[in-house]
Amino acid sequence: MLEQLEGSRAVARTVAMCRPEVIPAYPISPQTHIVEALSAMVKDGELSPCEFVNVESEYAAMSVAIGASATGARTYTATASQGLLYMAEALYNASGLGLPIVMTIANRAIGAPINIWNDHSDSMSQRDSGWIQLYVESNQEAVDMHVLAFRLAEELSLPVMVCMDGFILTHAYERIDLPSAQQVDGFLPAYEPRQVLDPAEPVTIGAMVGPEAFMEVKYLAHVKQLQALELIPELSAELTRTLGREQHGLMREYRCEDAETIVVALGSVLGTIEDAIDELRERGVRIGAIGIKAFRPFPLEALRGAIGQATRVVVIEKALALGIGGIVAQNVRNAIAPSSAQVCTVIAGLGGRPITTSSLCGLFEDAVADRLGAMTFLDLNTELVERELERTRSARRSGPHAENMLRDVGAIAAGPV
Amino acid sequence: MSSRPIKFYQVGSHAAGNRLLDPELLSVAADPNRSNSITKGHRACQGCGEALGARYALDAAMRATDGQLIAANATGCLEVFSTPYPESSWQMPWLHSLFGNAPAVASGIAAALKAKGRSDVRVVGQGGDGGTVDIGLACLSGMFERNDDVLYICYDNEAYMNTGVQRSGSTPPAARTMTTQAVGSEPGNPFGQGKNLPLIAMAHEIPYVATATVADLRDLEAKVERAMGMRGARYLHILVTCPLGWSSAAGETIKVARLATETGLFPVFEAIDGEVSAVSKIRHLRPVEEYLELQGRYRHLFQPERRVDVLAHIQAIADRNIARYGLL
Repeated sequence: MLEQLEGSRAVARTVAMCRPEVIPAYPISPQTHIVEALSAMVKDGELSPCEFVNVESEYAAMSVAIGASATGARTYTATASQGLLYMAEALYNASGLGLPIVMTIANRAIGAPINIWNDHSDSMSQRDSGWIQLYVESNQEAVDMHVLAFRLAEELSLPVMVCMDGFILTHAYERIDLPSAQQVDGFLPAYEPRQVLDPAEPVTIGAMVGPEAFMEVKYLAHVKQLQALELIPELSAELTRTLGREQHGLMREYRCEDAETIVVALGSVLGTIEDAIDELRERGVRIGAIGIKAFRPFPLEALRGAIGQATRVVVIEKALALGIGGIVAQNVRNAIAPSSAQVCTVIAGLGGRPITTSSLCGLFEDAVADRLGAMTFLDLNTELVERELERTRSARRSGPHAENMLRDVGAIAAGPV
Repeated sequence: MSSRPIKFYQVGSHAAGNRLLDPELLSVAADPNRSNSITKGHRACQGCGEALGARYALDAAMRATDGQLIAANATGCLEVFSTPYPESSWQMPWLHSLFGNAPAVASGIAAALKAKGRSDVRVVGQGGDGGTVDIGLACLSGMFERNDDVLYICYDNEAYMNTGVQRSGSTPPAARTMTTQAVGSEPGNPFGQGKNLPLIAMAHEIPYVATATVADLRDLEAKVERAMGMRGARYLHILVTCPLGWSSAAGETIKVARLATETGLFPVFEAIDGEVSAVSKIRHLRPVEEYLELQGRYRHLFQPERRVDVLAHIQAIADRNIARYGLL
């Protein structure tokens, strides 16, 4: 049924239809609206039987999720940013134990400096944690992807993150077609754990593993992740039939058919990218885009096929690997090697910096004219950076960068603090 | 001539005292129907107090729940010595996740059981002092304040023994560890530090808090049984001798633990809803030296010269416990 809904609320209602049995939660913006809505549904009995556990940290949230999932309960939580980092140790544990927990990441920057706005630094930092990572570009896709995520997690016995852009999606009111309870029940069978803590059949879970078998355990975890490359398209096709809406599997191509230049990105920025591509297409530029949905496991072969004969690939990413550059771009290079296509990295939108259609149009014009360097920071205020660099050269105790530059742009009216 | 009633004390599986007790008072140590939650073949050191304490605590909990029990274990000696791949000593459903999260994992198990309507299945969380009073304290406090239906057991051997005897927040004053070495003018762990977790637990006003030692296994079993008869967050703090970390003789594990209580250094008590409700009285009050001199971790208090000042300071701590808890 079509409704005008906030992204967070749409996700909460979808998760509710997936019948979670335990939801541990800790507040952090911009994820809070999701668990607030779920807490109300649990409290008034709408979600019964379900336990909502107000924990004291994200570390505890994931730890409660681990205990609950290992006891055979369908388990869900949500977090973002610092919260995801605070969970980091438990994230690796959940995936290492093969527990099919589903978690929404309301993507947000990581401090310092503290910043609550959107980029992908948080989930990208955990890309190798053993969790499957799915990125959505709209709230409708966020809704549908959560239904898929529970099924995927439980079929593979692996945890899944559904990453949606904080504020841009979580707080946006849009027209949403929520699935019906019957549709969800039809697609998502009751959870049948592969391993469970049960006094009737006692098992030890989480034993120490030494050099005799550790490699093999990790290899199997890798193989299981790779199985998702087969399973995601299958489940997508099934969900397409169930919901009557196209699901895009591992990736979505946009006007790639004869493209010489292909833009690769993840998340909500794809909408803006498509607008820019439409503008360039109208001018006859052969350019298209690929939106990656499954970042872990990474769809190497599918991406290689989709990029095909394109000669330029522009990767727009909302995270920065300090000291090397683009994270997604490194993965894209892996996919297309040994092709001779040039891969340009564009770091954009860090900490909520708007990514505008006009900036992207200029960027793509530079790309197709081969004026784009290997590494670009979109809309970087170079004057501001240069001034701060000069400050560090001229004075030993030049002070903290962030506060200095805020003062330079007039964000802090007062003098030095 | 006046006569004193003879008291028999639990000192282990084959004590003569056992056989003289009424059958219903007998320890179940040698009972063929005992659950043996943690069974033979584990890799604990000779004389390990934690292995002994865990065996008695969990078997008592298994009896109290008719075997309907799940354990969440913190990283540490107990976890490592009981599950060397591909072997496991656990004869019960058992999950090890991380060092600092066992109380939260136990909460998660309890939440799942509640959602599934399995009120018959109960949960024990457990860890050493490092996993409990230090790295796991936030998760433990959270489990307490939510009053989750978990019995958490801390096996306190007063340092990080699994990593090679480093100081924890439970290491007593003057004790030598690898990070509080017996050097300098104030050798060993400083005075005025450390935390008292039973009191911290009581401050949460949870239904049940108790302390116990491996010197009185019947008392330990009775406390576990009492705890399993209640719902909500419960905490049991068991002092477990560590011959390796304390440099005590493996054959003196019980003796050392008994002296910890008989000197007043480790008060044994119970608290209901945050109030002390019962105290184990000291039968034969001993000076702290008798406890300390059995342990190499305190050798610097006796050699090369007797540190009368430090011994007096430790005796003052024992005296304060005796007055505070009414141990005499």
